[in-house]
Amino acid sequence: MKTIQVSTTINGDPAEFICTPDETLLDVLRNRLGLTGSKEGCGTGDCGACSVTVNGRLVCSCLVLGAEAEGAEISTIEGMAEGETLHPLQRAFIEHAALQCGVCTPGILVAAKSLLEKNPDPTDEELRYWLAGNLCRCTGYDKIIRAVQVAAAEMRGA
Amino acid sequence: MVKVLLWGTLRSAADGQAEVEVAARTFKELLDELAARYPGLEPQIKRGVSLALDGKIYREAWFTEIGPDSEVVLMPYMTGG
Amino acid sequence: MALDAYQKREFKQVGTRPNRPDGVDKVTGRAMYGADATAPGMLHAKVLRSPHAHARIVAIDTSAAEALPGVKAIVTAADFGVPEDAFLLDVQDHCMAREKALYDGHAVAAVAATSLAAAKAALNLIKVDYEVLPHVTDVDEAMKPGAPVVQAGRAFENVPAGMSENVTHHCEFGHGDLDAGFAKADHIIERSFRTAATHQGYIEPNACLASVTSDGRADLWVCTQGQFFYRTLCAAILGMEASQLRVTASEIGGGFGGKTMVYMEPVALALSKKAGRPVKLVLTRDEVFRATGPTVSSSMDVKIGMTKDGRITAAQARLRYSGGAFHCGTVDFGAQAAFAAYDLEAVQTLGWNAMTNRPKESAYRAPGAPLSIYAVESVVDELCQHFGLDPLAVRLKNAADKGTKSSYGPTFDQIGLKATLEAAKAHPHYAAPLGPNQGRGLSCGFWFNFGGNTCVSLSVNTDGTVGVTEGNPDIGGSRASISLMAAEELGIPYDKIRTIVADTSSLGYNDVTDGSRVTFAVGLATIKAARDAVQKMCSRAAKIWGIDEDAVEWVDGAAVPAGPNAGKFPPMTLAEIAAVSAETGGPICGHHEVNADGAGVSFGVHLCDIEVDPETGATKVLRYTVFQDAGKAVHPSYVEGQMQGGAVQGIGWALNEEYIYGADGKLQNPGFLDYRIPVASDLPMIDTVILEIPNPGHPYGVRGVGETGIVPPLAAISNAVSRAVGVRMTELPMSPPKLLKAIEAKG
Ligand code: FES
Ligand code: FES
Repeated sequence: MKTIQVSTTINGDPAEFICTPDETLLDVLRNRLGLTGSKEGCGTGDCGACSVTVNGRLVCSCLVLGAEAEGAEISTIEGMAEGETLHPLQRAFIEHAALQCGVCTPGILVAAKSLLEKNPDPTDEELRYWLAGNLCRCTGYDKIIRAVQVAAAEMRGA
Repeated sequence: MVKVLLWGTLRSAADGQAEVEVAARTFKELLDELAARYPGLEPQIKRGVSLALDGKIYREAWFTEIGPDSEVVLMPYMTGG
Repeated sequence: MALDAYQKREFKQVGTRPNRPDGVDKVTGRAMYGADATAPGMLHAKVLRSPHAHARIVAIDTSAAEALPGVKAIVTAADFGVPEDAFLLDVQDHCMAREKALYDGHAVAAVAATSLAAAKAALNLIKVDYEVLPHVTDVDEAMKPGAPVVQAGRAFENVPAGMSENVTHHCEFGHGDLDAGFAKADHIIERSFRTAATHQGYIEPNACLASVTSDGRADLWVCTQGQFFYRTLCAAILGMEASQLRVTASEIGGGFGGKTMVYMEPVALALSKKAGRPVKLVLTRDEVFRATGPTVSSSMDVKIGMTKDGRITAAQARLRYSGGAFHCGTVDFGAQAAFAAYDLEAVQTLGWNAMTNRPKESAYRAPGAPLSIYAVESVVDELCQHFGLDPLAVRLKNAADKGTKSSYGPTFDQIGLKATLEAAKAHPHYAAPLGPNQGRGLSCGFWFNFGGNTCVSLSVNTDGTVGVTEGNPDIGGSRASISLMAAEELGIPYDKIRTIVADTSSLGYNDVTDGSRVTFAVGLATIKAARDAVQKMCSRAAKIWGIDEDAVEWVDGAAVPAGPNAGKFPPMTLAEIAAVSAETGGPICGHHEVNADGAGVSFGVHLCDIEVDPETGATKVLRYTVFQDAGKAVHPSYVEGQMQGGAVQGIGWALNEEYIYGADGKLQNPGFLDYRIPVASDLPMIDTVILEIPNPGHPYGVRGVGETGIVPPLAAISNAVSRAVGVRMTELPMSPPKLLKAIEAKG
């Protein structure tokens, strides 16, 4: 299959890759760029473990083609902390035990960050519906909801 | 002599008894004695059994000592998830 | 007193909630899971799976696939031997079908190629000649005489004569005179129940990277709950020596029992051996559903008699479980656990396992117990309704306690059931008002727990820090708990300790992370390894001071002279002793090896409020509270996490999750879209109440907590729904269409 050359920005840095026309963005990130922080839980858009943002929009990267990323700005879990400084969400997840196995965590963090950018003060209900596309089998979501609210409060300066 | 309680399925291999008496001071002696006395029990013993000694469940532990007044209950080998 | 017996103490660190050591790696995407590893020259593997529920494999032609550019190796059952051991043969047959494909999705061949695309293309070129056979996927059907026989000649000696050949196993437990017991009852209820098979639903699909070299050595990187057990199985199947196969457990993205068994790891090793290159094999979600995991499916009858003041007089359960196309002893646990919460004079449980054309059952949290306890707790609830009795009061009246002869034989020692029930009774949740279409349900739950083979090695570094090496993959924060226990025992800060999970070449054998054993057994071994190191440090201090070893004791992280007669010396801290360890005799390490027993059984009580929409049959969980005895909660956040996670898995089992088979014997919903696990918007907060009734068999009083939490939700939810709609529900899951049908039938 003929490959396509793609130029993008990933986590603020320019990135170039080639991919086949049928290759997903998730495969490109994981297999071509070594960004294995995004996980594949299903490959069909049902689990959210592969969540990234493309031009600020939250997407399942398993449902996006690598070729579609041409010219786009992509953010993944690897770009969430600034150097040594963890994002408040990342810190809250550790401090409030919002992860057990942690495989859903990258996707949930990316999704939660994307919500808080639009809605800095979500109700629990809004948060639960926003995260309904991110499956977690370990925690029962309780500590995830609490951790996101703690981080949201901190980010609002409350 | 210690009294050993067998679970229902094993009773047919032990002349229908729910409780059998064997001379044994340890888990290992008990299993050997049971298998020798009731050959019908051997397949299950080979597949694995646990032993509850005064309410505490042991899975292997051949040399666990059994007192004459201990409550001894044979159980299927325990596993979990 | 034995070193491992419980001793009351004031904890300084155990019971606090420090950050877990793998936290930063996991929130930054750096943690390495099964599918995240690569190796130089690595090939990609894919598995060809049977499209039939039951078929004889007449011939497999791989020649066209082999000729495809990029294809480096193909294996089928012909590449494996035939192990003598029946268990091992089942494990191998499950990984690769030998003579028959036994279920939809059963592996029949596998390819390794230079790209995933080439491997997939090669699968299409493999020609399998199948002779399709009649199939059976329902447990009751499978037990009927004349049912299609899944595998012949597999029945254990304990199966009564005259049953279908699919019945492999029979068990019976109990005591007392049933007839006399039932005669004393004022009312008897007998009901039949059915539960669907569910999947552990771990979010990380099974994945491994195998590398076998031409000198016969091999490495396996794999997401597993037990690297040592995987080594045992893989080495035996491939005819390797254990020392030559090093298995490294990756970070694991959930297991819940489902990653205690190999599914494709021996296949990846065989491919690597044949190709002479590393091979990565990652299952798709579809494959995870079709060929790994599920629980048993069940059909059960429960009969209970009660007096009008709420005393149970006799109880009987008949359990028919199917663990798929292979042998399965899970019904033993279901049968033993069914009535464990009750103090009964007459009780009997009978169990049968029948083979069906479904994938081989794997353990899932407290395997077998959620089903039988669901059936029992449903009937108890219905009896409470019949007499108008308070369901908590009835459970307290009949609750097992210290000294009760349990329904599975042994007499209970210290157990926390009554305290747990009392805590539920006193909780505001139990008295809160309910609205229309709402119901409250409760259920007890039980699990045995166990300890098992465990090694821990602990090294005191010369800078005063400590490394702990253990052998159990960390599924839910166990490294934090282990570090806490080491810190407590050594008297140094938690931050000075780093706990890692060793590969199979770095430590002695450790049983799988299962049976809720890690905090209990690895904790016990860690405490003893720390005590071993402490003893050595005391002896170094004694040498330095020139006094007798017995005259030194360990207090708050330092050696001190014991008593005024020992001499006057300032305390020597761990760091001070470590700093001169080279001069005083060499490195200081502690270790402990044990096959731990005395894990202590665990009880829990769940309380939940449900609202049912009578128009659609949809349910909403409004409020949920878990009460469970943890013995001692080492890291309370992760204890709560186990309780909450288990509860929500049980909620999924009760309401939505099920393996749906078509008339063609094919699994119809092998994906997260149609196999619906609970999502955030389905749920309320899950409140937890941790009780701490020390386990006499652990130095800190710890009990396993991982499994019991999945047991009560099935009945708690079913009881709440039944009360909300006024119809007794007897089948799981209670998905909206089923519930609507029941509501409409009631009229
Ligand atoms: S992997 Fe993309 S949604 Fe599951
Ligand atoms: S923490 Fe394991 S899936 Fe969420």
